[in-house]
Amino acid sequence: MSKADSPSRDEVLLPPVFQRWFADRGWQPRAHQLALLERAGRGESTLLIAPTGAGKTLAGFLPALTDLTRRGRLPPGSAFQGVHTLYISPLKALAVDIERNLARPVADMALPITIENRTGDTPVSKRQRQKLKPPDILLTTPEQVALLLASKDADRFFRDLRYVVLDELHSLVTSKRGHLLSLGLARLRTLAPAMQTIGLSATVADPAELCRWLVGQAPGEARQAGLVTVDGGARPIITILGTEERVPWSGHSARYAMRDVYAVLKDFRTTLIFVNTRSQAELIFQELWTVNDDSLPIALHHGSLDVSQRRKVEAAMAENRLRAVVATSTLDLGIDWGDVDLVIHVGAPKGASRLAQRIGRANHRMDEPSRAILVPANRFEVMECQAALDANYVGAQDTPPVGEGALDVLAQHVLGMACAAPFDADLLYAEVTSAAPYARLERHHFDRIVDFVATGGYALRAYERYARIRRNKDGLWRISHPDVAQQYRLNIGTIIESPMLNVRMVKRNARGSLGRGGASLGKVEEYFLESLVQGDTFLFSGKVLRFEGIRENECLVSQAYHLDPKIPAYAGGKFPLSTYLAEGVRAMLSDPARWSALHEQVRDWLSLQKEKSVLPGRADLLIETFPRGNRHFMVLYPFEGRLAHQTLGMLLTRRLERAGAKPLGFVATDYALAVWGLEDMSAMVRGRKLNLAALMEEDMLGDDLESWLAESFMLKRTFRNCAVIAGLIERRHPGKEKSGRQVTVSADLIYDVLRAHEPDHILLEATRRDAAAGLLDIGRLGDMLKRIKGHITHRALDQISPLAVPIMLEIGREPVAGEAQDALLAEAADDLIAEAMG
Amino acid sequence: MVFQSEPTEPDDEDAVLTRLAPPAPPAAFPDTHGATAEIALSGRTALCDPLGALYLPDSRTLIVSDLHLEKGAAFARRGQLLPPYDTEATLRLLDRVLVRHDPRLVISLGDNFHDRKGSALMPEPYRAMIYGMARGREWLWVNGNHDPDGTSGLPGQSVDEVHLDGLTFRHEPKPGASPGEVAGHLHPAATVRRREKSVRRPCFASDGLRLIMPAFGVLTGGLDLSSAAFKPYFARKDLIAHLIGKDRIYSVRYANLKG
Repeated sequence: MSKADSPSRDEVLLPPVFQRWFADRGWQPRAHQLALLERAGRGESTLLIAPTGAGKTLAGFLPALTDLTRRGRLPPGSAFQGVHTLYISPLKALAVDIERNLARPVADMALPITIENRTGDTPVSKRQRQKLKPPDILLTTPEQVALLLASKDADRFFRDLRYVVLDELHSLVTSKRGHLLSLGLARLRTLAPAMQTIGLSATVADPAELCRWLVGQAPGEARQAGLVTVDGGARPIITILGTEERVPWSGHSARYAMRDVYAVLKDFRTTLIFVNTRSQAELIFQELWTVNDDSLPIALHHGSLDVSQRRKVEAAMAENRLRAVVATSTLDLGIDWGDVDLVIHVGAPKGASRLAQRIGRANHRMDEPSRAILVPANRFEVMECQAALDANYVGAQDTPPVGEGALDVLAQHVLGMACAAPFDADLLYAEVTSAAPYARLERHHFDRIVDFVATGGYALRAYERYARIRRNKDGLWRISHPDVAQQYRLNIGTIIESPMLNVRMVKRNARGSLGRGGASLGKVEEYFLESLVQGDTFLFSGKVLRFEGIRENECLVSQAYHLDPKIPAYAGGKFPLSTYLAEGVRAMLSDPARWSALHEQVRDWLSLQKEKSVLPGRADLLIETFPRGNRHFMVLYPFEGRLAHQTLGMLLTRRLERAGAKPLGFVATDYALAVWGLEDMSAMVRGRKLNLAALMEEDMLGDDLESWLAESFMLKRTFRNCAVIAGLIERRHPGKEKSGRQVTVSADLIYDVLRAHEPDHILLEATRRDAAAGLLDIGRLGDMLKRIKGHITHRALDQISPLAVPIMLEIGREPVAGEAQDALLAEAADDLIAEAMG
Repeated sequence: MVFQSEPTEPDDEDAVLTRLAPPAPPAAFPDTHGATAEIALSGRTALCDPLGALYLPDSRTLIVSDLHLEKGAAFARRGQLLPPYDTEATLRLLDRVLVRHDPRLVISLGDNFHDRKGSALMPEPYRAMIYGMARGREWLWVNGNHDPDGTSGLPGQSVDEVHLDGLTFRHEPKPGASPGEVAGHLHPAATVRRREKSVRRPCFASDGLRLIMPAFGVLTGGLDLSSAAFKPYFARKDLIAHLIGKDRIYSVRYANLKG
């Protein structure tokens, strides 16, 4: 950590106009702000890690502002000047917000600096003007940077670039968006070799990884940006909500706690209530209003709501007109939210770092402690919240790693580079591998991606005449037609959304037919609507709505006049339980001495488990088998997160099938996995027909995994995303919505065809890599199988154990996969047979 | 708002894995029993085959619809380089169903090719496969909206409609009462829902008077029977979805699809 040592250094670093500006306000430049400025002056790139409220943004911009001030305003008639500083944020709203925040000091000091933003919402005319006459500082998003880099005049636009300020870097780098941006930065370094990066980040597990990400890598050496760290201010005060109510066994609604939550928020000025999913947000919002006896202004904010509604909430919040906002992760990032003095977190936070960042939203003054209250939704979450609470106090970090650069993203980038200018494959390979996530990319993978971009990369070379890029006699690859560039521009980006339909409120008229459009409420996923029939009621936008039907591309709803929606609000967490918290929960379970911190009901529950079965040991895997109804159940408690458990469930059912246990299905939560079947698995273990150690052998990640992957619907979803990002499948375009017939081409079908005929295709490889790292959590599953080797505890029980109750309650809520699909069809067909037989 | 964490099935995509299994070895005798579903269509007997074809035993006629051959190539022509393997996969599947029923007449019910250029530009090996399959039988290519100009360089004849044994075969169904009409075009699929779970499959849609064929091509999507596009063609109270399962047909009344 660097500290300012003498006032004289300020004078050297800060132009007089800045010194006066600070002094006029009675402020002092902060040590880290000066440290950043100093390093920038030495030509270094720097990562600044600081908590919210530390003046991070100003620190990030000071090098650019002072440099531009020294340059002075360009006289009219000067030669073309490219953009001086790029500010890149993950959110459009943040770019707009920063423009407002920067405008004040720039105006106060009358600095000779032009600042503009450029997002997907910026009008075409303004974007064109920006290319002719770039502002000094351009505030933008990763997608816009990719678009600018893919244009023919990228060279001219970026040649004078001095600084790139990357905001919320911790959240940018771990996604495919981060991969695309890292490739963009590599190109920017080629266009403007003197360019320096400044990364702004919340606390992360591995700062060195981010430091590498910020600078160009060279073969054989790991280069790093400098690091400036600002310690957190006062330690946050976090508690778990006390309640007299019964804490439920399972579920995610936390409905039981709403009176208590309401009572708490009455004592604070402004409360931010964080939840993990949109459905939770809707439910909590509705529940709060049912107990809102004082009619406090409580609002709802999540990504699916109509933009105008969201803007209203944001404005009201900034003006301190609201007492509480129920929100999802859209607000996790750094928009200025007025004076929040309490954060309530409903549901388990799933990761200690995520909790710390969310709590950081309360109270922007560093020297005062943030206040936060955790509201566990069920009994396992009580333990998870306690573990997260312990972790936040010890400052544990469990942010995900950056990961290897994805191949589908590389394909998109290669096409973009061809659109900008003809490229030489050797030079582009060198540039790509200078981006940290791609530093280990092998040349043959790069070449296969170039081949994929050109003709689809198929072994059957059927599309030479339809090639999108071609290598000419000069050895350079160039696009074969201007339409290719147009196609690229329409399909850029790495965020794949499932198809959404607009939700529109309508009224039924006297004759019972539907009227024309009323207000638009927001968007919902199409797959959700497909399971609804007319008359079903569901929660959206804080209202109970009646589903009326789908007209063209809109979902029509009417006001429902009952309080309980028919379709239950169910959604598991979006984020898997972090390895760190899982370890915390296991440790707590196995150590009754630590239970004193837990709620009394939870203590009773665990004591009962100890009496009726056994508690899972810290390093052990507990497996229980018991009969229930006419089924036999096997419940495992690995605590490795839902994704890893789902994968384990798929693999275990295959093995149990072979062992003759006749498994029928399974269900996975963040904590446990339950498999059920027709055979008595307790008796099979007793009779040595089923060996649990062999069942849990690591080799299940070999052949079983391969053959399961082959038919996995989860892999298909991963493939769809890869295919869209890589440009194999175009996104939907306006005016090409589904009409009477299907116009889109199905990614599932393409996957089937490709897998049957070219299983080694580069996109299938990209899909397997993605799935192994993310969706299937195979790495984590492998670590678990290793850990539990020789540590399996089995209990054959006469009946369900207390610990098994939560997962047993989840049965019936999970989607059908694989073999079970035909069983369900047969059941439906049997109805017809029964009807026919009278 | 209710969002399941995992969609039960992606909305516009069907699991037709079974369609891509390698071609079965030639059977000693055609197996026309067990897997197929026998239905009555305007007084005649018809067999729905789980490979997606309809067989009329009386006239020994096999009907397939919406092959969409050369779909990958059609997309490639417009800059989307889809895998070039769909034509071969569809033709192999067609070969299996021909071996199973050994029909005297084959009717391909329109949208035989995905675009107008498809049949002319189709690579030679696929053309040879079709000639092989057509040997010893008659073949009618009904014109569809994707390929209204007919086929070129292929065995058989291109026609707009076929009338045979009291049945009418055309690509697009005609609204209103039309007993004995067999059509394609709409790619029917149905979703069965039981206890908050759902499965979606392509299906034969029939009310006993008219039948709309599932799409046969391996790269063809499906349109849900609940779509308004089906309204003009069926009285829903009589409509039955014959869903294509892994190796058999599941017949479910429209009213019972959602449990």
